Amino acid sequence: MIRILSILVGLFFTLALVWSFGIGAVNFASEGLPHTAETRFHEHPKHLHLASDGPFGKFDKQQLQRGFQVYKEVCAACHSLNHVAFRDLSQLGYNEDEVKAIAAGFQVPGVDPNTGEATTRAGMPTDYFPKPFANDIAARAANNNAIPPDLSLMAKARHDGAAYVYSLLTGYQDQPAELLKDFPEAKTGPGLHYNPYFANLNLAMAPPLTGEGQVEYSDGTKSSVDQMSQDVAAFLVWTAEPTLEKRKQTGWPVLGFLLFLTVLGYMAYRNVWADKKH
Amino acid sequence: MSFPWANEYKPSHPFMQWMDEKLPLPRFVYNAIGAGYPVPRNINYWWNFGVLALVCLALQIVTGIVLAMHYAPNALVAFDSTEHIMRDVNWGWLMRYAHANGASAFFVVIYIHIFRGFFYGSYKAPREMVWLLGVVIFLLMMATAFMGYVLPWGQMSFWGAKVITGLFSAIPIVGEPLQQWLLGGFAPDNAALNRFFSLHYLLPFVIVGVVVLHIWALHIPGSSNPTGVEVKSESDTVPFYPYFIAKDGWALGGFLFLYCAVLFFAPNYLGHPDNYIPANPMSTPAHIVPEWYFWPFYAILRAFTFDFFFVPAKLMGVLAMFSAILLWFFLPWLDRSPVRSGHYRPTFRKFFWFGLIPAMAVLFYCGGAPAEEPYVMLSQIATAYYFLHFLVVLPIVSSVERPDPLPFSITEAVLGKDENAALEAAE
Repeated sequence: MIRILSILVGLFFTLALVWSFGIGAVNFASEGLPHTAETRFHEHPKHLHLASDGPFGKFDKQQLQRGFQVYKEVCAACHSLNHVAFRDLSQLGYNEDEVKAIAAGFQVPGVDPNTGEATTRAGMPTDYFPKPFANDIAARAANNNAIPPDLSLMAKARHDGAAYVYSLLTGYQDQPAELLKDFPEAKTGPGLHYNPYFANLNLAMAPPLTGEGQVEYSDGTKSSVDQMSQDVAAFLVWTAEPTLEKRKQTGWPVLGFLLFLTVLGYMAYRNVWADKKH
Repeated sequence: MSFPWANEYKPSHPFMQWMDEKLPLPRFVYNAIGAGYPVPRNINYWWNFGVLALVCLALQIVTGIVLAMHYAPNALVAFDSTEHIMRDVNWGWLMRYAHANGASAFFVVIYIHIFRGFFYGSYKAPREMVWLLGVVIFLLMMATAFMGYVLPWGQMSFWGAKVITGLFSAIPIVGEPLQQWLLGGFAPDNAALNRFFSLHYLLPFVIVGVVVLHIWALHIPGSSNPTGVEVKSESDTVPFYPYFIAKDGWALGGFLFLYCAVLFFAPNYLGHPDNYIPANPMSTPAHIVPEWYFWPFYAILRAFTFDFFFVPAKLMGVLAMFSAILLWFFLPWLDRSPVRSGHYRPTFRKFFWFGLIPAMAVLFYCGGAPAEEPYVMLSQIATAYYFLHFLVVLPIVSSVERPDPLPFSITEAVLGKDENAALEAAE
């Protein structure tokens, strides 16, 4: 009885699937795969190699400092860095005084100790990076109706994060003539910028890194657009996971210990089972 | 129950004798996972995954309790508190990555454990109850994992919660009120997050309870084995301690090695980048996908794309998704073959390796892919096979197939006929 019921239920599901499959197949045969500007012109991120890559990866502190400089002088105008505090910057190799000086260079929200009114004060190492806009409405109003996303976790919040940031920053270009010919309706709208590394190809952010010398690196590195993009991508890998280096360094002794334990366990197993065929 | 030749617990130390009289807990442990539990000598490495699953459960509970000390289940700060754990809590990143990847490890182990059962017929008499409890554990695990994934309150947390609770809205008449009741609102928000946290903390302990029943039920007939022939004499078994403690021990070492390799060097590989974006009800992700361990069932859900007579496509998908797991409860009665092990069932074995396994692989792949062609058509074929395999193929094959001859006993399977005779003569 149960088997007859089960066969009937199985056939019911199969029939429903054949029905769905049939309609789907007919639609597919008549329409084919959707053909849009995105499916044809969207590109995967370019290759980017950073010192923090791979199982032995370590942060290149010099590069992180340069990346921080790019963030501070360019990106910070619109993008917040909510999860990073000034004190964290000591991990980039800045000493205590330098961290204090950097923090003091930012105005953070505060309270007037006499009147209790909202005001601003110079930042301290314990403060977090201040937000560039008071709220989302202000952010939209200033940015062509798009909210500049927080950058703290950007390197983890996109596929191939660091390479994506690097590709996006160096990927601005004119719309290919072919695209305009085949998809006239996909012409980049006013206030938008064509970038094949962005999911829908049109980005509200104007090219932020435009020319050599936009940031004057304190370590004397030549600040080409490519260099600045790599540096800020490296910096965002750090902001997304400051513990990355410690994680990889911890991993090796752990794996070494487990390997030792496993070999020891295997030898014990062979020993225990030596007289038992199985 | 145990076999008559099982070692008896004989405490020698006066304290242990005193203890044995007052509360025979050491005796219980001795009989459960010590020298007092005889296990078939021929069980292979696929039998290690039960113990590994237990270790995973313990690992999840320990890391989870630590995480709960630092996590704040409030929609306003949940995302930030998770980042606080990653950045400011001492070794917090290790706890969180261990917990997130621990869930994946748990499901890898449990899927192998379940498919071991499918192949070797572990669900058959006299172990039906072990199997039924196992399916209950799997359902509880799925609920727990789903609610745990909501807690970081990222984009996939939010939209995953919305899609999964939305499944209940497919139920006619009571669907919508039911969904609102489950969420405590019209969409996932603080009320939903709070109750998910509460249940995510509770359910693992319910799982522990059912695991105890699962192991208890197992110890009555004793473990199954790759031949599927029941234990007949003492030479068929070895005591759990030291034989299987040693075997499970080194397997555990190897498992932890692989787990830690992922945990320390690719901790986000199995996750989705979108969950590092804070939950935003106003912005729908391009592709909403659950965690990888739900992909086969997600593919089944999405395989029903058109209304079937009077049944809407969505309801059909929901019915199919739940049926896909619930039908496992009926397995002991659908497969009527008296032979347990797939080794001695030539026809069943072909359907298993060339039907069920490829279908599951396709479902895994398509569940993670976008809902586009050719993935939809592929998952429709695989879903159809999935149901046909359990509901049609198993009942029919098990009644028409001619199984291969079984060995007389486990000892014979291990030592061969002549040696077995020699062994019996020597005893």
